[in-house]
Amino acid sequence: MATITDRPAPSAAGSKPVKRRRSKAVSLSERRPSFVVYGILIAFILGSAFPFYWSFLVASHDDATFTKDSPMLPGGNFFQNASRVLDTIPFWKALGNSIIVSGTVTISVVVLSTLAGFAFAKLRFKGRGPLMVFVVATLAVPTQLGIIPLYMVMAEYGWSGTLGAVIVPNLVTAFGVFWMRQYIADAVPDELIEAARMDGCSMIRTFWHVCLPAVRPAAAMLGIFTFMMSWNDFLWPLIVLNADNPTMQVALEKLQSGYYVDKTLVLAGTTMATVPILIVFLVLGRQIVAGIMQGAVKG
Amino acid sequence: MTTELSVARGRGAEPRPPRRDDNDDIGTGKLSWRYRLNRLDVKFSPYLYIAPFFVLFAVVGLFPLLYTAYISLFEWELGADEQPFIGVENYTNLLADSQFWNAMVNTFSIFAISTIPQVIIAVLLAALLNTALRGRTGWRMGVLLPYVASLVALTIIFGDLFGVQYGSVNNIIELFGFDRIDWQADRWWSHVAIATMVNWRWTGYNALIVLAAMQAIPRDVYEAAWVDGASKVRQFVSITLPMLRPTLIFVIVTSTIGGLQIFTEPLLFSPSAGANGGATHQYQTVVLYMYQAGFQSQDLGYASAMAWILFIVIIAIAGINFLLTRKLASSGEA
Repeated sequence: MATITDRPAPSAAGSKPVKRRRSKAVSLSERRPSFVVYGILIAFILGSAFPFYWSFLVASHDDATFTKDSPMLPGGNFFQNASRVLDTIPFWKALGNSIIVSGTVTISVVVLSTLAGFAFAKLRFKGRGPLMVFVVATLAVPTQLGIIPLYMVMAEYGWSGTLGAVIVPNLVTAFGVFWMRQYIADAVPDELIEAARMDGCSMIRTFWHVCLPAVRPAAAMLGIFTFMMSWNDFLWPLIVLNADNPTMQVALEKLQSGYYVDKTLVLAGTTMATVPILIVFLVLGRQIVAGIMQGAVKG
Repeated sequence: MTTELSVARGRGAEPRPPRRDDNDDIGTGKLSWRYRLNRLDVKFSPYLYIAPFFVLFAVVGLFPLLYTAYISLFEWELGADEQPFIGVENYTNLLADSQFWNAMVNTFSIFAISTIPQVIIAVLLAALLNTALRGRTGWRMGVLLPYVASLVALTIIFGDLFGVQYGSVNNIIELFGFDRIDWQADRWWSHVAIATMVNWRWTGYNALIVLAAMQAIPRDVYEAAWVDGASKVRQFVSITLPMLRPTLIFVIVTSTIGGLQIFTEPLLFSPSAGANGGATHQYQTVVLYMYQAGFQSQDLGYASAMAWILFIVIIAIAGINFLLTRKLASSGEA
């Protein structure tokens, strides 16, 4: 999490190439686009936002009035529905669990991926090339299909139902290693590492004092993406966790699959689960956009 | 001192032992000890740093996949006392199982109607975003909005939007004078509804990837085309699309790997259907069927066979996609 909170730095080194490209794009088509372009984009974004609005709209009414009148404006019933959500599922526990799981996974992925990325980008060792190819190849392997034995192992060792079962399989990812390798290869000058080595720094100190400070922007991006991916993970938590100790996604599923479905209740739950993510998006959206676009060019 | 030395060294990251000046008062014994320690550090540190990934992948990635193949040869029921070896019987049963083929068809149907329009719209959207918009970051964030939302929450919301009686999609359709559609009971329409969720979520994200690739296209190529009198449309078809080839391959391959494992959307589409994927399994996908067979019917052997077949199919399709996209995109270059 630390990587996310002290974030202002990313844009410094991160957006340099983007800026250069941007000036190119502007001069390419000097004319501002016509209102048709804006119109299409606005329609697209309204479409993107509509489900969020709908969720809140339903959640702010009571079931009877909603089905009777199908109103288009929010009503005043949201907090009542929200408190029913709190009675029906262990909402706070689920929120806490999700934060613990995603937070731990994020820290671990960032640290271990950066370490491996540093080795692949800057250190010489036998088998470096083939091993890196192997890492990239695993990106295409649908490991999700291995959940059956994974479940058996977790059950065997008494891990099912615990948060560890959700955390451990995600502690480091091929994507993370690849991402950090690409960044470190460009961002950390060889001379700097050389100099540190000559001053007698051990490998790990070189990593810590030379590599780590230089890769903070990329590490922050990786942190944001990992956090979101972990937050949204569903199939595996659904299998290995139970209703008493769920993550947010699993709790929402339990809310929906109750034998008596009240849509204002269910959509109050989805609204409550969505609001924290939307806040994160408003704060970090600029970085997320930049991260996706940089990753696309590099990858 | 460092500059001189590092120039002399030449090669970048080649790790060397730290040098001490001769007047340093460290004895030779101590020096060689440090030297040896340093050699070990240089030799083994890289392996130590990459080890976590390989160990974890072996334990939670590779081993489970291989063990899935092993389990698939047994009649392996959850909690049963013994698991008799039955050879390929799970596979022969599976290939004769109409529900499995149904799930396969559903998976591909949903995959096709989610991937193809998605890539097309993403490219067009990227072209719009690539104009000299005012407040460009705002627009980019706007199209990315769906990507950050929780998948489970959104699937539940969409399930409600596509409700037959009170869903607002049907209200809108009715407003335009058409008949209400039974988004859940009708096989084709249920696929459209589920594909809509996938498209809604990923189109903006892919548009940003395509946009980044568009901006990386050198400007002089367009200038040359402009001088030759090529229209905007012609430029788009003859320059932009071919230059986007690697990116489109990337987008299509990743959406193949994800799309064929689709699970959350069909599971939560209708609250009552659950893992059945509709009353007649009309939108049950392979992973959903695998989940049902393994974790609800507790027939792990059967579910494992399913996982393996899907695994092979995904690898094959991703490969075919890769080759096909490469061929299609390169034909435009001529």
